Amino acid sequence: MELLITVTLFAFLIWMAVVIGRQRDLFSASMLTGIFSLICAGLFTVMDAVDVAFTEAAVGAGISTVLFLATLALTDERERRPEHTPLAAIGVVALTGAALVYGTLDMPAYGDPSAPVHTGVARHYMERSWDEIGLPNIVTGVLASYRGFDTFGELGVIFTAGIGVSLLLSAGTPELTPGAPPPPPKSRAPYVREMPILRTVSKALMPYILLFALYVQAHGDFGPGGGFQAGVIFTAALILYGLIWGPSAVEAFARRRLVERATAVGLLIYGGVGVTTLTLGHSFLDYSALSPEHPQHGQHWGIFVVELGVGITVSAVMLVIYYVFASRPKKDVSPMRQPLPLLGGACVGDVSTEDAEADS
Amino acid sequence: MNLVFGAAAMGLLVTMALAMFRATVGPSAYDRISALNAFGTKTVLLIAVLGFLSGRPEWLDLALVYGLCNFVGTLAVLRFSKYGSLAKDELASAEDEP
Amino acid sequence: MSAVLDALCVVFLLGGTLFTVIGGIGMIRLPSFYTRCHAAGMTDSAGAAGVLLGLCFVAEPLVAVKLLSVLAFIWLTSVASTHALVKAAYARGLRFYDEQPIDLTNKRPQPGAEDRTHKRSGEEE
Repeated sequence: MELLITVTLFAFLIWMAVVIGRQRDLFSASMLTGIFSLICAGLFTVMDAVDVAFTEAAVGAGISTVLFLATLALTDERERRPEHTPLAAIGVVALTGAALVYGTLDMPAYGDPSAPVHTGVARHYMERSWDEIGLPNIVTGVLASYRGFDTFGELGVIFTAGIGVSLLLSAGTPELTPGAPPPPPKSRAPYVREMPILRTVSKALMPYILLFALYVQAHGDFGPGGGFQAGVIFTAALILYGLIWGPSAVEAFARRRLVERATAVGLLIYGGVGVTTLTLGHSFLDYSALSPEHPQHGQHWGIFVVELGVGITVSAVMLVIYYVFASRPKKDVSPMRQPLPLLGGACVGDVSTEDAEADS
Repeated sequence: MNLVFGAAAMGLLVTMALAMFRATVGPSAYDRISALNAFGTKTVLLIAVLGFLSGRPEWLDLALVYGLCNFVGTLAVLRFSKYGSLAKDELASAEDEP
Repeated sequence: MSAVLDALCVVFLLGGTLFTVIGGIGMIRLPSFYTRCHAAGMTDSAGAAGVLLGLCFVAEPLVAVKLLSVLAFIWLTSVASTHALVKAAYARGLRFYDEQPIDLTNKRPQPGAEDRTHKRSGEEE
């Protein structure tokens, strides 16, 4: 039964990949990428990797689509037809793919208990995790305690990506550079009441999304969840706010400088736990130093604080990326800027209801 | 009981295939947005059914997340199609309208 | 007692799946965008209700509460998305009888079923 579902989902994945590859209209392509992410998340769930599926769903279904569309606002919306047929590229890719497939023929079967990956450290983790760490979710134990240093590096990578994006995309616009003083507030125009249904639904949903983010942060010890997923969901709630009320409304709530500093605070919390255990006489990130008579409690505390740091940094980095992408003013990139290819060439913002009724 | 869950999962996969067909073919971009919306909801239902099929109902947290994030993605698409960018401010747009 | 609950679960689950598949078929066969939106909305509301309520009958109480909250979120968000989508399409000028049904049997191009997304104002690709 599960084999059938897995095979079907993989077939969907290939189908979607072919369709996305053939699309010239980048708006449709970015939406189809959302479907692709959902299929990937379904596959991860069927193969029992629920934490990964969680992150893929949160990032792929919400944030990726937002960022793709923010990029589309700055560039053309149709891909130019390539001038040459890339036969050499196709040949190289096909050869490499065939070599990879040939390499997988030698791999052990999926789930084979005598495979090297199952007889090494993984067995130690599964057998000793309950005694040493005491958490029902072994994945969180491995992520935050056994492989805590790797996770520290991952958090550093996320932080670097955030400041890299921020520096690259705010070049040339002094008000967007990190550390710049906040722009003067816009004048308070009369409140435009559009989209009443979406406003009401978003207002009703946002507290629950934020609460759910906190739940996921705290529940990572017992079920799928943890700091990464919680950070992404928290920012998804703020992006929802920004999509309805505009990015400056989000900036009024979470000021850009505060968020930029928060990206570093999470990383410092994580490193701070490591330095604390060092000064207490144990190795870096050895959480049992935090409570010497009950090493399990030390592990719980260490994992809690470390996941908090992860959540803060991930959420702040995603928010910084959203700020940088969404507040760039729309520019005319090319002289032949194509009108929005949704219906018959209507241009952006030039169809009002009265004109549309006069047409038909 | 597992058989019924399996049949429901198969039905949901069939619907996902039909929605993907509409996403592939749909003449206008709005058809694709509608198919994306339907696909997201079907994924939520598939996760719930699969959780019961494998005896692990903790996967419902996943379903909740999908439901919420799908909404954010669809709203971004609609806001983009209406304004052409995500940067239009509610307060500023009142002064820009003629 | 548990046999009654199992029977209820089967009925709701299969009914929900049936609505979902019917909505899916509608998404392919119906002639215009607004009718297809209605079919997609049917999969989201009736199909989701059937499947999730069916699963409630065989779940523990806490899991049943989670299932009901998933159902509430789906009803709230996907209905609002469909509304926003239809409103945006109408504001763009898409009208009800704008498309012909897609003919899956023969390959002759239907009159009026040209691909409107690639029309430019007199511009060649």
